[in-house]
Amino acid sequence: MDFEAQANAAKLPAPPATHADSASHGQRLRTAWYPAWVVMRREIKDTLRDWRIVVPIVLLVVVFPFLATVTASRGLTFLNQYGSTLIMERLLPFLMLVVGFFPSTFSLVIALETFVGEKERRSLESLLATPLTDLQLYTGKLLAATIPPVLASYLGMITYLLMAGLRLDWWPPLSLLLVSMTLSTVQSLVMVSAAVIISCQSTSVRAANLLASFIIIPMAFLLQVEAGLLLFADYNALWAIALCLALIDVLLIRLGIRVFNREQLLSHDIDELDLKRALRVFWEAAWPHDGLRTLYTREIPAIVRGMRPELLMTLAVILIGGGYVGGWGIRHFPLPADVFDLGQIHSFEGISQMVAQSGLLASFSPWTIFLHNARVLLISAALAFISLGIAALLLLLAPIAIIVYIVGQVGSIGLNPWLFLAVTVLPHGILELPAAILATAQAVRMGDVLLSPPDQGGGVDGILREMGRFVKLFIGVVLPLLLLAAWIEVRITPHLLLNFLGR
Amino acid sequence: MIELEGLMKAFDTLVAVDDITLTVQPGEVLALLGPNGAGKTTTVRMLAAILKPTAGRARVAGYDVATQSDDVRRNVGVLTEAPGLYSRMTGREYLDFFGQLREIPTLQRRARIDTLAEWFRITDALNRRLGEYSKGMAQKIALIRTLLHDPPALLLDEPTSAMDPASARLVRDTIMELRSNARRAIILCTHNLPEAEALADHIAIIRQGRIVEQDATPTLKARLLGPPLMEIRFAQPWKHQASSPNPGAGNGIVALIENAVPHNGVRVQDAGDDWVRYSTADPATANPAVLRALAASEAPVMTLSVVEQSLEAVYLRVVEGNGTDGL
Repeated sequence: MDFEAQANAAKLPAPPATHADSASHGQRLRTAWYPAWVVMRREIKDTLRDWRIVVPIVLLVVVFPFLATVTASRGLTFLNQYGSTLIMERLLPFLMLVVGFFPSTFSLVIALETFVGEKERRSLESLLATPLTDLQLYTGKLLAATIPPVLASYLGMITYLLMAGLRLDWWPPLSLLLVSMTLSTVQSLVMVSAAVIISCQSTSVRAANLLASFIIIPMAFLLQVEAGLLLFADYNALWAIALCLALIDVLLIRLGIRVFNREQLLSHDIDELDLKRALRVFWEAAWPHDGLRTLYTREIPAIVRGMRPELLMTLAVILIGGGYVGGWGIRHFPLPADVFDLGQIHSFEGISQMVAQSGLLASFSPWTIFLHNARVLLISAALAFISLGIAALLLLLAPIAIIVYIVGQVGSIGLNPWLFLAVTVLPHGILELPAAILATAQAVRMGDVLLSPPDQGGGVDGILREMGRFVKLFIGVVLPLLLLAAWIEVRITPHLLLNFLGR
Repeated sequence: MIELEGLMKAFDTLVAVDDITLTVQPGEVLALLGPNGAGKTTTVRMLAAILKPTAGRARVAGYDVATQSDDVRRNVGVLTEAPGLYSRMTGREYLDFFGQLREIPTLQRRARIDTLAEWFRITDALNRRLGEYSKGMAQKIALIRTLLHDPPALLLDEPTSAMDPASARLVRDTIMELRSNARRAIILCTHNLPEAEALADHIAIIRQGRIVEQDATPTLKARLLGPPLMEIRFAQPWKHQASSPNPGAGNGIVALIENAVPHNGVRVQDAGDDWVRYSTADPATANPAVLRALAASEAPVMTLSVVEQSLEAVYLRVVEGNGTDGL
């Protein structure tokens, strides 16, 4: 084969000069963000050429606002007959939020397509072989997945506003418009940044889509919370949610930058179920192989040390969040003094009867309280998996908020709230709260681990390991503490309360 | 120049590349051969600074792949195993995108795309969507992408796969032309052994992550397949009447040829009625002596030629001779 002769017959074109060679262009084009901009532009162009994405977005931007306006118009006409104008007035902003939310969910689809789709089509490797840094690639793709759905979301809201304004003469206050747009933006960013992390751990769009339900479920749940707040016209709480989401964005983006690396993107994890191996990993983490002494002196302290960030986060959320929500309740729903009929509390039997009548517990016994608390914490751990740990935090935040609310109300009837707290909560709470905090922090960790890459404690092995640790912690520490706390709550706390009330 | 020293890559429990040491000088082509899963692609990915080595070191165009990865990627052209194109972009848009990422100024980028497209005879297709391209055309676009920034180091993984014979030849010509530029070092991963033999100055055979053989192509062949094999063909069937014929040959030709060169300089491998094959480590001395002996015996010699021993034989001996590939 005479290649030389052929090669001599025609010469390859001369090599190009790069911007690096050119001083005049060099500075401009070697700026850090130019490659990210190039990637983003290409991705957006590619997205806008995909009719499977464009057509639904256009429908959501044009048709859905129209339907929402028609629904609102009919609803207003119907409710006006009964003078219930307030309901529709509050429903109009909610519809705007929904109109903005639906297009923004496409950010999830685009993000999965952009990241894991490229991996699946094997076009990623040639991109990874360019001088792009991981951060530039991540940024370009993140923006490309966020910008079109967010703009569609804004467009949908504007369309709805124009239709509602012209047809129903409803013009929302600027603060509502701003908070809705902010929520739409931060929600999109949360979905995209979480999708990036999921994409890094998936080898196919199919697998990524399955994992994406862990994002869409909490977001749908959040939308319901926002709807509730809109009905109460509590825009401050909406801003608080937007701020929380922005913080989550920061955390997810930071985590995304950490896990988005060439090594991880080209890894070949097989999405295969190996039950034997799964059981072995779980068992290794759950069973105290070296006896009880080692369990309490080494293994459990090690688990607690390992979940220090989650512990701090749990404490911060329940103290700040519980305080805020409880305080909000005190301000908005002050109980009339006669609701606190402490006269009913005259004996242990009276307390027992009150608890039974409340419907919260079947009976006022240590066993019932213990089972109730254990069940709640287990449910909380299960929910942590489908909410990235958020549901576990919210479930613990709720009783703290209720305690703050009740203790705050006690002040209004002339009792010392701190003393009331010390008498009614502290005796059993000193055991029950740490148990709940430990279980919740480990549940949060189980949620976190879903977002971690395999080489950083994530993946299937990581999830099973954390589940095993949860079981070890739950049986070894949480259950004994809950049992003891329940006994105190039934046998000691009521007597302290009766003493406090002078009975 | 591409240098690897004790390069290793492990994924969890799997050691994909184990202690590889290689050097490819500028102006040289090294063919990296091996069965599927032997570690070729992982090696290429480490050299392209896409994967970080677990141990050892590698330098590409003077830059360390672990500590100067951005510089490595700036100076290397990687033709990946799969073209992996963006189907909704046109060929021109695609190449322009990579040209922008390589920071090639607009005018030069366009000129470079046009000339390379012309070289690969794909100009007419540049404005078509990549989704409409045949596999061979897609491979050409991927090659243009690899060459766009004229890198001093090239890593080509199966460059002619899915190509028709004419296109494959064009690509081989391109590699020859690229090699003629003395500043460029090329690593070629291929399963096409004739192609590797034609293009590569050196061959390295990788198996289960380890280099099991490497040398200059002729040296490797000589070492593994033994001394060159010669074949003499006679104009008609011919028998030499000798006193002690070799029992394997059936006539006296074996003794005649082997005795023509002293000190066992020639070994007859096989013979037929009108042909005989022998091996010799020193053809320059042995062949004239053999021909003289045959002429003296009035043998009707028609041709004396070297029997081509293919790289495939070398490859199979190395790969299969050491057992089956376990990966």
